[in-house]
Amino acid sequence: MTAVGTGRARPRDLGVQVAENVLFAVGLPVLAVGLWAVWSTRSTNRFLVGPRTLLDAFRQTWIGPAFADDVLPSVYRLLIGLFTSILLGVAAGVVIGRFRPLREILEPLLEFFRAIPPPVLIPVAMLLLGITDTMKVVVIVSGAIWPILLNTIEGVRATDSVMLETAYSFRISRWDRLWRLILPAASPRIMTGVRQALSVALILMVISEMFASSAGLGYRIAYFQRNYLIAEMWSGILLLGLIGVVLAVVFGVVERRVLRWYHGMKEVTRA
Amino acid sequence: MRKILLGAAGLLGFLVVWQLIPTLGLVDPHYLPYATDVFGRLAEEVRDLAFWRRVRLTMTSWAIGLTVATLAAVALGTVIGMVPFLRRATHTTVEFLRPVPSVALIPLAVLMFGLQMRAALVIIVYAAFWQVFVQVIYGVADVDTVARDTARSFGLTRAERLRYLVLPTALPYLMTGLRLGAAVALILAVTAEMVIGNPGLGRMIELSRSAGDAVGLYGLVVVTGMLGLLVNVVFRFVERRSLAWHQSVLADEATR
Amino acid sequence: MPDGRPLLRVEHLRKVYASGRGEVEAIGDISFTMDPGELLCVVGPSGCGKTTLLKCLAGLLRPTSGLVEMEGSPVTGPSPAMAVVFQEYGRSLYPWLTVRGNVELPLRHKKLSRAERGRLVDDALDAVGLLQSARSHPWQLSGGMQQRVAIARAVAYQPDVLIMDEPFAAVDAQTRADLEDLVRELHLTRGISTVFVTHDIDESVYLGQRVLVLSNSPTRVQEDLAIDLPPERDQLTTRALPRFTELRTRVYEQIQRAKRGPVPSSVDARPVRPGPQARDRTDGH
Repeated sequence: MTAVGTGRARPRDLGVQVAENVLFAVGLPVLAVGLWAVWSTRSTNRFLVGPRTLLDAFRQTWIGPAFADDVLPSVYRLLIGLFTSILLGVAAGVVIGRFRPLREILEPLLEFFRAIPPPVLIPVAMLLLGITDTMKVVVIVSGAIWPILLNTIEGVRATDSVMLETAYSFRISRWDRLWRLILPAASPRIMTGVRQALSVALILMVISEMFASSAGLGYRIAYFQRNYLIAEMWSGILLLGLIGVVLAVVFGVVERRVLRWYHGMKEVTRA
Repeated sequence: MRKILLGAAGLLGFLVVWQLIPTLGLVDPHYLPYATDVFGRLAEEVRDLAFWRRVRLTMTSWAIGLTVATLAAVALGTVIGMVPFLRRATHTTVEFLRPVPSVALIPLAVLMFGLQMRAALVIIVYAAFWQVFVQVIYGVADVDTVARDTARSFGLTRAERLRYLVLPTALPYLMTGLRLGAAVALILAVTAEMVIGNPGLGRMIELSRSAGDAVGLYGLVVVTGMLGLLVNVVFRFVERRSLAWHQSVLADEATR
Repeated sequence: MPDGRPLLRVEHLRKVYASGRGEVEAIGDISFTMDPGELLCVVGPSGCGKTTLLKCLAGLLRPTSGLVEMEGSPVTGPSPAMAVVFQEYGRSLYPWLTVRGNVELPLRHKKLSRAERGRLVDDALDAVGLLQSARSHPWQLSGGMQQRVAIARAVAYQPDVLIMDEPFAAVDAQTRADLEDLVRELHLTRGISTVFVTHDIDESVYLGQRVLVLSNSPTRVQEDLAIDLPPERDQLTTRALPRFTELRTRVYEQIQRAKRGPVPSSVDARPVRPGPQARDRTDGH
């Protein structure tokens, strides 16, 4: 009955529905910001600022030269690090996943590397590479690659045996087998790995700049804090949050595209 | 057996390569010390009480942070997951707050709590909370609709439904969240010590670096890796146990 | 029989798996030949190594000893002259490709022009009646339709022999009848030589020109039976023929005898079962 109802929804019902959705989406955030604004006019806590002050600080701090000097290089390093991790992680993962002896030799080693909290690699990278841009990218890669690599190995290893036999029996070429069987079959796991890598990479971008930098987002925020520039510090936290959200949204879009078949299939089998 | 042997061979091979790189002069031993030196130092460290005190400090903030995060996530997640209205109303807020990198809060935590464990706990709790919370929401939402209707038609009270229906369904999800949360909490416990400077393994890493003590630094990296491995192994075991139970129940249902 | 030479020749085929608990003999000793254009059904009790036999024919498994010969040359690996339709359609079609993509995939390495390839795909999809579903994904189709896609993929590959491994074991009875008629029709109109493996006695008699009954461990050819039913068959009248009943009774008796196993000494060091033969049966769920 509900199916018929939504199928024949009249324009007015549709309008109501859209309004309801919007209300649900922005209701709580608007409410929260409102309460925050009211509360900030009365509060005497000097470490918390009101939304208006925060917005002003945001505009003054980040819109202008700071964007090119601090934000863009950080984001650039983040993206380079992420893409390198994906490329290396998937490539190595396919090789290790397809080749059983190699997998068995490397498994404990990889488990160990994955278990190292990635930020402790920052001092090591500083020692080996000095305080450079390369070092920051290397740090991001050395932390973000593990979830991608291990998930790819797992995904490749679990390629369905009948699907593989089909490929062999039809003499599908190595190239097609890689691009049309192994990688698509592993893609749900690969995307899981990339999602985990995303947050690790962001953490490492910030920490590596807090540690060893004289520019960049992480450095700026730490600088504001040390000099008690509270509103500016908050604006930096907000900006980092925004970058995280944008990254998550972009990833969500890509994931839905890449894994459309997977989600579709899951829906069918659940029904 | 073959697997264990090959894995051991892999570890051994790695150590040999590590030892060879400074020996052959590919990298200056000041930057990459000999593996033998690093493990020699570690052997000394484990006889030192100060080392174990640092381990205890790090693991204490890890445990407190994880516990607080889990309790908060289970309470909030169950309530929000069970009430569709709340689920819809909080969706955007959750999706916005979740990707905020917890380390962005470090300056704020330092301002509010100073260079202490409490500042570190803010970061740990924030990061671990989302891992558990999201899984609890999934788990609670996964309750079979037929089972839910059945429970309702038999007049089970809310508390009974929670006890006999929601909890068993959500448990494996909670365990997955716990495993992810435990790993993240350890990362941030060490990170906070490095950046904030509250005592523990992380601070020792930072001190070794600034003192130019490469041997000590690499040793501590190995130690944190071992801790991470331990946490992973323990929580994966717990997760597998709860999952095995869950799947056997599912399999029974499938065969009717 | 153009030159009287067999298309497929199997001689003293034997396959032994090494398992954790000793060796498991999946196939004892099988010999038979098949002529071009023939539709040959292989039937046997479950767990008698039918799937193993088929994998040896298709070059997916290397026999322990014996010979599989295709048009006079030994089969050592998957051959372009053979196409396989697996029982598990859900696992042999790739869910990330469309129906068309699935049918086209094996043709990509054949040296064909784009247009030629497109024509082959259209033709095959048309033959199984799925031209209008070409852009769907396999998981959007019913089980029977998915198996049609797998058949279309095999047909488009233009093999000399089509090898089908219990292809209809997992679909409902009505769909199964339709698919059986599809196989008959493809065989009649296109003259594709087909080896059809099944555990269903009625199906083997209805489809085949010849039925090969396999015995249980050690697997041998129990009986090689010619099916002298008219080539034009349909589900109602053919199955009602007295001759049909006679033939199916004959096959049934042979299978019962095969199940009991041959009397001679074959109680050697063979474990009870949990080897690959057992897997034959569990694969399909």
